[in-house]
Amino acid sequence: MSAAATTHYACSVDDIPRGEGRTITLDGRRIALFRAAGGWYALDAACPHRGGPLADGIVCDRAVICPLHDRRFDLATGAPLTTGDGVAAHAGEVRGQRIFVTLAAAERRAA
Amino acid sequence: MVSMSSGVVVVGGGIAGQAVCEALRERAPDVPITLVCGESSAPYDRVRLSEILVSGEDSQTLGLRPAEWYTDNGVELLVGRIVTWIDTDRGVLGLDDSDELGFERLVIATGSQPLMPPIPGITLEGVHPFRDPADCETIRSAATSGIERAAVIGGGLLGLEAARGIAAQGCAVTVVHLLDRLMERQLDAGASSLLAPALAGLDIDVEFERNTQQIIGPDRAHGLRFTDGSELLADLVVVSIGIRPETELARSIGLVCDRGVIVDDAMRTSLPRVLAVGECAQHRGIVYGLVAPIHDQARVAAKTLTSDVAGGAGADASALYLGSVPSAKLKVAGIDLVCAGESGGDLEAVVSDAATGVYRKLSVRDGRVIGTVLLGDTRGSEALVAAVRAGEPVDDPLQALADASLAGPADLPDTAQICDCNGVCKGALIEAVTAGGCATPREVMAVTRAGTGCGSCRPAVKEIVAAATGGLSDEPAYLCPCRKQTREQLAQQIRDDDLRSVSDVAATCGTGRECGTCKPALAYLVSEVCANLHREERDARFINDRVHANIQHDGTFSVVPRMYGGVTTPAELRRIADVAEKYEVPMVKVTGGQRLDLLGVSKQDLPAIWRDLGMPSGHAYAKAVRTVKTCVGTRFCRFGLGDSVGLGIEMEKLWEGLHTPHKVKSGVSGCPRNCAEATVKDIGCVAVEGGWQVRAGGAAGGNVREADILTTVTTRAEALRVATAFLQFYRENADYKERTYDFIPRVGLEKVREVVLGEQSGAALRERLRIAKVATQDPWLERDDPYHRHQFDDLAAPEAPEPALVGPPAGGEL
Ligand code: SRM
Ligand SMILES: Cc1cc2nc3c(=O)[nH]c(=O)nc-3n(C[C@H](O)[C@H](O)[C@H](O)COP(=O)(O)OP(=O)(O)OC[C@H]3O[C@@H](n4cnc5c(N)ncnc54)[C@H](O)[C@@H]3O)c2cc1C
Ligand code: SF4
Ligand code: FES
Repeated sequence: MSAAATTHYACSVDDIPRGEGRTITLDGRRIALFRAAGGWYALDAACPHRGGPLADGIVCDRAVICPLHDRRFDLATGAPLTTGDGVAAHAGEVRGQRIFVTLAAAERRAA
Repeated sequence: MVSMSSGVVVVGGGIAGQAVCEALRERAPDVPITLVCGESSAPYDRVRLSEILVSGEDSQTLGLRPAEWYTDNGVELLVGRIVTWIDTDRGVLGLDDSDELGFERLVIATGSQPLMPPIPGITLEGVHPFRDPADCETIRSAATSGIERAAVIGGGLLGLEAARGIAAQGCAVTVVHLLDRLMERQLDAGASSLLAPALAGLDIDVEFERNTQQIIGPDRAHGLRFTDGSELLADLVVVSIGIRPETELARSIGLVCDRGVIVDDAMRTSLPRVLAVGECAQHRGIVYGLVAPIHDQARVAAKTLTSDVAGGAGADASALYLGSVPSAKLKVAGIDLVCAGESGGDLEAVVSDAATGVYRKLSVRDGRVIGTVLLGDTRGSEALVAAVRAGEPVDDPLQALADASLAGPADLPDTAQICDCNGVCKGALIEAVTAGGCATPREVMAVTRAGTGCGSCRPAVKEIVAAATGGLSDEPAYLCPCRKQTREQLAQQIRDDDLRSVSDVAATCGTGRECGTCKPALAYLVSEVCANLHREERDARFINDRVHANIQHDGTFSVVPRMYGGVTTPAELRRIADVAEKYEVPMVKVTGGQRLDLLGVSKQDLPAIWRDLGMPSGHAYAKAVRTVKTCVGTRFCRFGLGDSVGLGIEMEKLWEGLHTPHKVKSGVSGCPRNCAEATVKDIGCVAVEGGWQVRAGGAAGGNVREADILTTVTTRAEALRVATAFLQFYRENADYKERTYDFIPRVGLEKVREVVLGEQSGAALRERLRIAKVATQDPWLERDDPYHRHQFDDLAAPEAPEPALVGPPAGGEL
């Protein structure tokens, strides 16, 4: 990640139900933001397979399962846990009641 | 850069390259192995391309092994790199990006290229071989683009599979074949003459004795011209006339080649430190174009490599490759064809019936079985193919054919090969159960890889595993593989500890890990055991069950309101029409379940649409009670014997809103003409003279199964009672995602009847269903009472954005 990474306020903690994700647009970029048991995570919103909405996927431990064809991605790194390409991951962070997301600087594919 | 790896380098990452790596790693845990794949992906299952041409499934699902396999097994994988030169004296080879790689031993597994005849027009646009995922995709998209006709040159196994894939897209297709019979290498004239009509039944035309002289252009392919001057118009031409072993690299280092790289019985080429395996290799004059021989060759190659590397004086004699008996199955749905060995002998037994399209043949030479052809009826194929492979002696071939059709896979010897794609014998399957501790076919397939190639042996694998595990139900498995707990065990725990939610269950029974796959199954189980008085946790539900609509390929949703028994009113239709207009619904469709579907609705619009419709949810998105299809019955039909509409609506209202292990679709017909197709429904009632027949376990989806008759009763009320008891029995006892058509055969019809029809047990089932039903409500009411304020929304971009911070934020607390 380069120094150009920018951090954005995204939402407040209770905007997303526990264990679910929601899509949000930050800096013109569609992001899937997750409130998982292990913390807050953010990935690019569209599944690299056929664009499935990752925010609608089932979230477990540290992964999300795409609702269209069940590909799995690591929430923290965006790495593919099944097959195919990964997806860019962004850092999510809680400060008090507010959630911030640090966008990865450029399009990145976790191989 | 020269990599210092000095072990074995395998050139070519096809099925052969992968098989060599696996066989070698098994024998030599520490030898450095590098696999160079010229194609843009890691080794994949080429055989399944035929299936993907039909289904359109993503070719990325073809991978032979996941990426972790290579790291876990210490195989260095280079993808998308070509070996351009080899210096065998120095033990160094070069890659196309000018990297160099050292090696001690080399395995050439460069496979083959499709043979393209040098005729005019062969390079025109619209002319394709069928070899790799890109070909597959191009052919499929051409076949779906609305062209008039496609032609396939070549009536061999592959050509016919290509034609099937094209026909499956609704595109007219003609196979043009040089000879007067199809698959001439495997079939005799008798089998071939029955195969052509079977193909015609699948909309595949065949023209014989057609020698293509030219592909008609000029701008792109428009058809074929034959040597006899006739023409066939076709905008897509698939060429499938054979393969050309890829020997260029081998020749460049002076290896002796004929059609392929010549290898001895130890799979060595003319240079002892170089071996060759797969479609690039020629062994005793034969180049095999099949997968099964590859595995035999790879095992021998691994033995040769290890005995030499370990300093031994060459391969031991037991480790020789003596050739393979070719066998093949046609992977065309609707045509059963298995053949092995030669198509004729000095004694032949043939059973043939042109009317039913059955042809069974066993060929014998010098008293031993040398070949078989089974078309239309492939019973006993495993035993017959095993007999051909072993060259078994036979006295009465006709009797042997008849006996084989009675024998199942369980009767086979342990040495019989069950999975040809991965070369797995029956003994290996049994060993996975007895020594390997596998309990289900799925586990056995994962360990042995049987059934993971073309898939045609899966039924046999299931049967063998079921026998080996003591004939227990074949796939009850664990509700969640991580927890290794069955549905019954978990249900008991839920009852014992009075657990009320998925997270309760996870905390009590969990391994501390959560793979996610089982969450929806646990959600159903908790709700079922608690009779819907559980604590609902939406994050455990699939998106459809969070927003009560079915997610579509573009992330929009579909809305199917309930229409009891498929009966509607003008007012309802008017409301649906108004809603469709107001929300600009892209498609309104009559479904296969007698209802109306509004497709392409955004998630945000769902609550408002439900409000305007004012109809309850049809649960078309859920594992729940779905449609009850009805016919008009006595209400209007001149043949009606019973009030099918009345019973259908009654069933639907009594059961509405109940979730089930898998979807439950029902039907009620007013007479045995069965216009509501009740005999192929999960639950079906048919009015007959003097009463009602109640059936269950029918299917007409991916599977077709006639429903079993539970009983015949005299009144409509009784029919409803029996059907209701069955529904609850299924709710309580089926595994998650087990449809009734699998459930009944697993549990046994007699057992089902005993419990469902028993006076007390039946009444108890109905009572439990009634209690569960009381706690249900129409999920679409969440339009006014969402479980979360963003149940149906994306998050808006923050309105008054906080000042953007540059750099990583200062630490905050989680
Ligand atoms: C809409 C509809 C097609 C249509 O336009 O007619 C349909 C659409 C889908 N069917 Fe179906 N099926 C529809 C009637 C059927 C029927 C016929 C029937 O219900 O009478 C069958 C055969 C009977 C059966 O259920 O087996 C049918 C057999 C399937 C199957 C195969 C099930 C099997 O075990 O063989 C699936 C796949 C599955 O369940 O895993 C499936 C799955 C699907 C899914 C849910 C695929 C998915 O997961 O997204 C489709 C959802 C599209 C949507 O959002 O509406 N659909 N599907 C029909 C809705 C009926 C309704 O009013 O609720
Ligand atoms: C559609 C289809 C269906 C089939 N169905 C069946 C079936 O049902 N049953 C059956 O038994 N067989 C079937 N076959 C045949 C079977 O797939 C082949 O026999 C088998 O895949 C051959 O494997 P291989 O590894 O020898 O060759 P290939 O699969 O050709 O692999 C060779 C690899 O080496 C690479 N390579 C070549 N040169 C270099 C180089 N210089 N550097 C790096 N890499 C290089 C190539 O790019 C290629 O990836 C089917 C084939 C097709 C196309
Ligand atoms: S509606 Fe049914 S048959 Fe049609 S594509 Fe979808 S699942 Fe397949
Ligand atoms: S779109 Fe995500 S798995 Fe297919």
